[in-house]
Amino acid sequence: MRPFEYTRAASPGEAGQMAAAPDARFIAGGTNLLDLMKLQIETPDALIDISRLDLAAIERTDDRGLRIGALVTNADLAADPDVRRHWPLLSRALLAGASGQLRNKATTGGNLLQRTRCGYFYEPSARCNKRMPGSGCDAMEGINRMNAILGGSSACIAVHPSDMAVAMRALDAEVETLSADGATRRIPLGDFYRLPGEDPSVETVLAPGELIVAVVLPPPHGGWQTYRKVRDRASYAFALVSVAAAVRLEDGLMRDVRLAFGGIGTMPWRDQRVELVLEGKAPSDKLFDEAARLLLQEARGHGHNDFKIPLTRRTLMAALRETTASFEEETSA
Amino acid sequence: MSDKIKITLTVNGTAMTAEVEPRRSLADMLRDDLRLTGTHLGCEHGVCGACTVLVDGKPVRSCLMFGVQANGASVRTVEGLADGDRLHPLQQAFWENHGLQCGFCTPGFLMLAAGALEENPDMTDEEIRDVLSSNLCRCTGYQNIVKAVRLAAEVMKAGPAPQATRS
Repeated sequence: MRPFEYTRAASPGEAGQMAAAPDARFIAGGTNLLDLMKLQIETPDALIDISRLDLAAIERTDDRGLRIGALVTNADLAADPDVRRHWPLLSRALLAGASGQLRNKATTGGNLLQRTRCGYFYEPSARCNKRMPGSGCDAMEGINRMNAILGGSSACIAVHPSDMAVAMRALDAEVETLSADGATRRIPLGDFYRLPGEDPSVETVLAPGELIVAVVLPPPHGGWQTYRKVRDRASYAFALVSVAAAVRLEDGLMRDVRLAFGGIGTMPWRDQRVELVLEGKAPSDKLFDEAARLLLQEARGHGHNDFKIPLTRRTLMAALRETTASFEEETSA
Repeated sequence: MSDKIKITLTVNGTAMTAEVEPRRSLADMLRDDLRLTGTHLGCEHGVCGACTVLVDGKPVRSCLMFGVQANGASVRTVEGLADGDRLHPLQQAFWENHGLQCGFCTPGFLMLAAGALEENPDMTDEEIRDVLSSNLCRCTGYQNIVKAVRLAAEVMKAGPAPQATRS
């Protein structure tokens, strides 16, 4: 690993100022960054350690939502009684996301900023526009079984790897940040990630030195929720396809449908046109299939990952059956 | 650039200091600077769990954490499990139930299980399996590790009865 300067920040403001320098990075849990530094995919000159800052609280907001400090670990967030009760799909996504040891270190802010696990991003001898802009993309014609079917460009088809971020997108989370100049802003998660376009090395709208201080959830959805993750093995692995679904049923009709997808998009994927197909209608397989068709109408396989298109349709249908069936069971009990 | 940084931490209950480069992982610092070679390094990418230690009571992968980040922390390694010649109930249970063959992954499994049982002494079999699925073992097929952890949990709940010493 290349040498670097290490500083433990005393305050969020100080951290932002120090990290605004070129080639400086924040480090908190480090579970992704360390690995990338070992492989010299990330070669920062300076690491600003934010892990001891006072950003690890989970608080209810005035409107019954939840404010999750950026440094709340994935383990603590998954185990939080409020989260388990009112935002269960978030808890399920976190538990499906990584082993206990990683959950004990990985943070809420850091999880949002995970880099892709595309094999060509990790292989220094391969061409990768994300790692080396302008070099090309070897995934396109290569072994692209794990790559994206939605949101790709001719420059990049790398999947965003996070499970937590998929849950957060379904739950309408907002990212609260502190800029190096002291300004704060709130970014809806739907506006937080950038599609790869021509320069996939830029993945979010964050400015240099801009620090995530919290993730804010609106009031609980109140309906039935699930996080269904399909992977190559039962134990920890990245998603082939995952679906975060939340649905309320009122008089037999679906309301407040929220659907987000992992494993298939270049960013945590949500398409509200799909939700509108279901909104206000009675659940049926015919309707679920119509929703899946709309979701996948622009999906594009690249050979090895063609299977993700039918797998996404089936996983979405299973998630919708699960969320609508479980509600019927409870109301009839 | 990258001068050594002096840190203090508690390792297995003893205050220690180390002077390390920031790029040194906690695992390397434990092994090479503090000469505690019980912690093993397998994949070094956060997958196999061989390097699991407890930091402030919680199991973490010590290959994915910088030593300097442990400044001020309390770290426990496999060397801290036994009480003199008396094995920790987990070690005793691994010994008696063939929970290891080559033993390379064992320190990681022991620390993973120690952290999990301290947090929840009443884990169900399903929970034990879920916890242990974080780590890789290439010899045992896991069954005897699950069995050992289950039996150790019972011994630990029964309290600190005198343990047989290893002959």
